[in-house]
Amino acid sequence: MRLFNEAKQLIKENIRDYGMYIALIIIMITFTILTNGLFMSSRNISNLLDSAGYIAVLAVGVMLVIVIRHIDLSIGFLAGFLGAIAAILLMYVGLPVYIVIPIILILGICAGSVTGFLVAKVGIPAFVATLAGWLIYRGAILLATEKSGTIVVENEAFNAIGNGYIPSIAQVGGLHLLSLIVGALGIIFYIYSAVKNRRNKIKYNFEVVSKEIFIIQLVFVSAIIAYITWLLAGYNGFSWTVMIILLVVFVYHFITTKTVIGRHIYAVGSNPEAAHLSGINVKKITFLVFGSMGMLSALSGILFTSRLQSATTTAGTLFELDAIAAAFVGGVSAAGGVGKVTGAVIGAVVMATLTNGMNLMGVGIAPQYIIRGGVLALAVIFDVMTRRQRA
Amino acid sequence: MSESILEMKQISKEFTGVKALSNVNFKVEKGEIHCLVGENGAGKSTLMKVLSGVYPYGNYEGDIVFDGSVQRFNKINDSVDAGIAIIYQELALFPDLAVYENIYIGNEIQKGGVLDWNKAIDDSRKMLEKVNLKVNPEVLIKDLGVGKQQLVEIAKALSKEVKLLILDEPTAALNEDDSENLLNLLRELKKQGITCIMISHKLKEVIAIADKATVIRDGETICTLDGSKGEITEAAIIKNMVGREIEDIYPKRAKKEFGDKVLELVNWSAYAPQLGRYVAKDVNFNVRKGEIVGLAGLMGAGRTELARSIFGNSESYKLAGDLFVHGKPAKLKHTSDAIKAGIAYVTEDRKGDGLFLLQDIKNNISVGNLSGISSRGVVNENEEIKIAEEYKESLTIKTPNIQQLVGNLSGGNQQKVSLGKWLFVSPKLLILDEPTRGIDVGAKFEIYSVMNELIEAGMSIIMISSELGEVLGMSDRVYVMAEGEIKGELSSEEADQEKIMQLATQ
Repeated sequence: MRLFNEAKQLIKENIRDYGMYIALIIIMITFTILTNGLFMSSRNISNLLDSAGYIAVLAVGVMLVIVIRHIDLSIGFLAGFLGAIAAILLMYVGLPVYIVIPIILILGICAGSVTGFLVAKVGIPAFVATLAGWLIYRGAILLATEKSGTIVVENEAFNAIGNGYIPSIAQVGGLHLLSLIVGALGIIFYIYSAVKNRRNKIKYNFEVVSKEIFIIQLVFVSAIIAYITWLLAGYNGFSWTVMIILLVVFVYHFITTKTVIGRHIYAVGSNPEAAHLSGINVKKITFLVFGSMGMLSALSGILFTSRLQSATTTAGTLFELDAIAAAFVGGVSAAGGVGKVTGAVIGAVVMATLTNGMNLMGVGIAPQYIIRGGVLALAVIFDVMTRRQRA
Repeated sequence: MSESILEMKQISKEFTGVKALSNVNFKVEKGEIHCLVGENGAGKSTLMKVLSGVYPYGNYEGDIVFDGSVQRFNKINDSVDAGIAIIYQELALFPDLAVYENIYIGNEIQKGGVLDWNKAIDDSRKMLEKVNLKVNPEVLIKDLGVGKQQLVEIAKALSKEVKLLILDEPTAALNEDDSENLLNLLRELKKQGITCIMISHKLKEVIAIADKATVIRDGETICTLDGSKGEITEAAIIKNMVGREIEDIYPKRAKKEFGDKVLELVNWSAYAPQLGRYVAKDVNFNVRKGEIVGLAGLMGAGRTELARSIFGNSESYKLAGDLFVHGKPAKLKHTSDAIKAGIAYVTEDRKGDGLFLLQDIKNNISVGNLSGISSRGVVNENEEIKIAEEYKESLTIKTPNIQQLVGNLSGGNQQKVSLGKWLFVSPKLLILDEPTRGIDVGAKFEIYSVMNELIEAGMSIIMISSELGEVLGMSDRVYVMAEGEIKGELSSEEADQEKIMQLATQ
């Protein structure tokens, strides 16, 4: 009973953090029931995560842009445009993949820096500056694909990014071995960092949850990681897309929570004037965040082009709004200063889950948009309500 | 005179488990000026919010009897209709609208659904006359000083046939002249039969103006002092406010030894392009090691601007003249340059540009010197927690733990967090801009003590303050500013209120 009460209290206090995960689990269970288990099949989950990839990457970037109280509308077509450039470099110029990818990422950083320059140095509102970018990159895609139309990419290594899987090494009982190892490493890393974190908190007399609850938490999260690993290992294992998302999450989570730059980003977001008076170079941070946004746009473009195995004239359409929606579903605050990398990715997965589940059920495109819009509105309403409760 | 216009009986109000008011009784006679005093967080503002309907009926316990009948205000407009007007510390005016538009906003004069601006302008002239404000009603609010804006607020209240006027710290942002004007106006209104409740931290004003003074402490009424019986004295109010006698609110320093010049300005000027004028002009100024230098002057004299022009703001100001740090010429382009040179600036506006309200105490304290506790860009969180704990202890920040959001702390504790943040940078020179604004007597004393400790540890302090008592009580030397210029320099022996005011109004 004591345990139950503590758990209830814990969920109540941290409803903002947990809400998204609870929502995701409920949505997944609902679809599993409605599709007679088809939704939770290895093949479908693998597919779902791959289809969420290019939006998840954008969502992480735009989450940080929103945290520093700006917005970026140009990212969708920038991703599409850079994807087209990648296709051109591969197919028409004939550069190898390992040169094309760095070039595209650097081009992304450059494009992001231009936006950063306009916003930070010239002082143009981000909405307007990136709306201009939206138009320019849209034109640029058309220009790049003008002669050839859709550019088909016939490069196995490049296409593997969006469609391939990590090598298996060996099959164990029909399961993908390397994926199992990756999953196991994930669980060990999670338990290690959670235990270390808890020890530190106890050392400094911070409030921690009771030992029982802590163990339940560990087991629960580990079980989820194990389950997803088992699901994926039963199909083709972890895809390269999933590995890239995990890498992006790991790096960005580390930067935002553990480094000076991360702290400065949140400081600028929660109070730019105070940040300036604390000796933080607000312009530099703005530059940096838009630069990272550009790089992630490039990565998104690579993922999308690779997944389609071609660069189309309409690539990137509405990506920016999907990414922004994912960030908001993931709990970023429009007032700035609040938002998590994990939240943005989960937000992207929630949105992809809705699309995927409704597709499986054969729901038409019209209700799909309406339902996704409803979920976005609910997420933000929930966010506002819980914030009011705390204040 | 014995007829009461307002009686609040057994008022209690809770905020999710915290009792803000418990069984408060508060009685105001018709036509009197009744002051409400108490430490920050004592419940004064909450009580006034209950009275004005910000917290609707049913949200609190107890009865409000106003003008002879029990009132149940469900919204602010209900109390306005009953004849209660409240003027908050932060003025609720629209800077880009004209004076007359502000006076009649929400109460527009209409003829068949169409606004009658001519009548509004004409009527507002009469209202402005009542408050002795000689301005054209068509002037924009943003072109008026704070003192005049306050008068416009009162004119706005008068336009609604107010019976009870509530002023929440009306003189907090005013200079001595404007404050005096305002107090005279209140006396004038009293003659016209308007009852007035004034919340104030400035005890001198209370003594000067109050017919009665009610002291609130920890959500309870402690006592009501009667001016006609000579009960309203500084000692009596302070004793009831804090429940203890404060003999001297300015702690003494043991030794006064001054070393070399830490900072010197020679012919220093700062031009603000947005304002199109010099905010500081030909300033010659110095601070020595181990010295508290007071920077006195009226609101808008350019003290804050001078401080900010020193603290690396070459983006906002065009600077001229020379700045020497420890005798060496220095160019401080960005705030980070100033911090590196050992200068720290604690802003006057804690909530606006000082703190990160949505972040915890730990993050707020470490933000100025994160690189000092990180290796290769990664923050050492253990070190960070240790340091935040140290400052929590040494500055006696009252909080269960350093994970609390700064937005939830009281003003005094917020100010201590601000101080902690800058002490962690370990500057040589600390610029404090209105360090005790809006915080209670107890916390003020603690902040003064911290200042003295810092001086003894070899730091220097520039203290910008509008409170003459504070300037005189704490400073070793006083500079007086007016219109962006240093009008005079006084040693602590020569300085007194009259001399400072004389220089400040030159």
